[in-house]
Amino acid sequence: MEGEGAFKPRVVGFLCNWCCYGGADLCGVSRFQYPPYIRVIRVMCSGRVDPAFVLKAFANGVDGVFIGGCHINDCHYNTEGNYDAYGMASIVKKLLEQIGLDQNRLRLEWVSAGEGIRFAEVMNDFSAKLKKMGPIGKSEGVPDDVLKRRLEAAMQMVPYIKLVERERLHSNLRTEEAYEKFYASEECDRLFKELITDKLEISQMIALLREKPRTPVSLPSCWGCRVGYCQACQHFGAAGVVPVR
Amino acid sequence: MHSKETEAATQKAKDLIRMSVARACCLEPLQEFSLPVDKNALVVGGGVAGMTAALSLANQRHDVYLVEKEKQLGGMARRIHSTLEGMDVQAYLNDLMHKVYQHPLVHVYTEAAIVDAEGYVGNFTTKVRSKRGLTEIKHGAAIIAIGAEEHRPTEYLYGEDERVMTQLELEERIAADDTAITDAQSLVMIQCVGCRNEDRNYCSRICCSHAVKNALTLKEQNPSMDIYVLFRDMRTYRFAEDYYRKASENNVKFIRYEPEDAPVVEAADGEDRPVLRVTATDYILGRKIELDADLLVLSAATVPASTSDEVSRQFKVTLGPDGFFTEAHVKLRPVDFAAEGIFLCGTAHYPKHIGETISQAYGAAGRAAGLLSQDSLIASGSVCQVEESMCVSCGACISACSYGAIDFHENAQGYRAARVNPVLCKGDGLCNAKCPTGAIQLKHFTDKEIVRQLDAEIPDPKILATA
Repeated sequence: MEGEGAFKPRVVGFLCNWCCYGGADLCGVSRFQYPPYIRVIRVMCSGRVDPAFVLKAFANGVDGVFIGGCHINDCHYNTEGNYDAYGMASIVKKLLEQIGLDQNRLRLEWVSAGEGIRFAEVMNDFSAKLKKMGPIGKSEGVPDDVLKRRLEAAMQMVPYIKLVERERLHSNLRTEEAYEKFYASEECDRLFKELITDKLEISQMIALLREKPRTPVSLPSCWGCRVGYCQACQHFGAAGVVPVR
Repeated sequence: MHSKETEAATQKAKDLIRMSVARACCLEPLQEFSLPVDKNALVVGGGVAGMTAALSLANQRHDVYLVEKEKQLGGMARRIHSTLEGMDVQAYLNDLMHKVYQHPLVHVYTEAAIVDAEGYVGNFTTKVRSKRGLTEIKHGAAIIAIGAEEHRPTEYLYGEDERVMTQLELEERIAADDTAITDAQSLVMIQCVGCRNEDRNYCSRICCSHAVKNALTLKEQNPSMDIYVLFRDMRTYRFAEDYYRKASENNVKFIRYEPEDAPVVEAADGEDRPVLRVTATDYILGRKIELDADLLVLSAATVPASTSDEVSRQFKVTLGPDGFFTEAHVKLRPVDFAAEGIFLCGTAHYPKHIGETISQAYGAAGRAAGLLSQDSLIASGSVCQVEESMCVSCGACISACSYGAIDFHENAQGYRAARVNPVLCKGDGLCNAKCPTGAIQLKHFTDKEIVRQLDAEIPDPKILATA
């Protein structure tokens, strides 16, 4: 079918027990064909998927992460956890962009337990897209060590991101349209930039400084050229540290 | 599903097993726990469904609290006088009510409203306000039988002209021997009024049989009356097809209409009397026809009870897209709700004939009795648990849990920490993803277990893997 050396993406999937896992099972029983790249982890609800799991998966070097839940308003639980999965995935996608990864490496889909064929279709499409994107990091031009550091810095921020999500970065209205609108809005982008972007950079700086002492001049070079000297100084200032040249 | 890539499929299988083993290494035994079961039952709705279920449970020696919002029991059946098969509904209903009032174990609350319902399978507490004041009822199971209502049409001059009525109103007037009805020369019925349209995209199921029943009764009392039924699809399902045929044989005329070309009704002067002129297209003749009617009867849709939203919220049970209650599974759990310990019967579910309602009421009572006959229940141990030393009492888990399973308490060290009531916890784990410190963990789906599973995805952790 394809050459030996063709790129085969590694995919981790978090499927909710009630809908998508059932859909995947039905897909298998019905013998619908899809590429064998996904490694499935069953969770009880898509709302259980912690942002840290997604970041950890990417840090482990997988090329794509899939989250499958029940259709909106069909959640098995009256907590409607799939809305929370939507919110979480939207924020992590923005985070991935900040890190320098293609945000489409994370994919969230609603698949019911009866939609075996849909699971196969989604898998075919996601696999094809990932193949086009190529291996993680290399395709985006982010070196492995930089990517690893950035993802680790992002993981360190997960508790903070959860608090921000709860306080500010969520839609008050529980409808699919409202969620779509909120996470696509400029307001959301502004909040994200204000609340998360800078903190992410500081988190990366701290990660670098943990390795060994560095000066503000040497920092940006090992950063992956995202922040200049001035910004580094600014962050030091915000963190209450006076940099020494 | 990967039949063309056997090697890759085998590798996938190996990986999945390795991942599961990695998770299994961290699993800890779950503590199943038993819950006591309250032997009493609550039945919401005192119609045929509610009373039948209540009597069935009471005959199995359970105390039953029957809550009815109206002054009298009976519900919609009070307005129905005979079935299509010719059975006397009022006699049956009076007998049923008599039995309910006589039964020492059935406690009837009329003119009652449910103020609040809380608890979980085996241990519900429901507050009911009635003439007796506010009563707190403890019960192990609940049956929702709140019934349905007849739609009030807004079309075809209903409410403007007193000669226009619904099928239920017609039936009441026939039963009252109203001569204005029985002496009429001509009567037109219009089917599917207020349903199978954009607002209510469902079939009310029972109106075809209802119309045929009333038409046959009228033909019996006044054979010379002209009766026309304007229909979209006649569905007198099961053996009731015989009555449809009988109506045709008795010269009841069935004329099909299309929703885009619905009949038009206007008050007009007939040859010798004022009439309601109904204009419709006859698709067999292929032309417009005018029917001069003395009476116009609308087969109005069956719509969900006005209280169903409230009841759905109070008992945390689901409504379908049409506003009727939805069972847990159409075939496997037809009278259960997804919420445990709550059961469903009657027209609250969807429009049904009396016979179907009675069968389902026995079904719901049977399921409830199966639960109530146990002294204790075993609950799943896959619930959340808080590591108090890690809890920062931010309340993120509490606001995420709509089951109300988590609350704050003061621990022995005097700190405020979250605490899970394992009985209420449904084990979805949403709170885990909300907790900033990882203090709350769903057993068998802990962060540690899932991360282990994630790490085992590659046989040997490569360049990017963290320790």
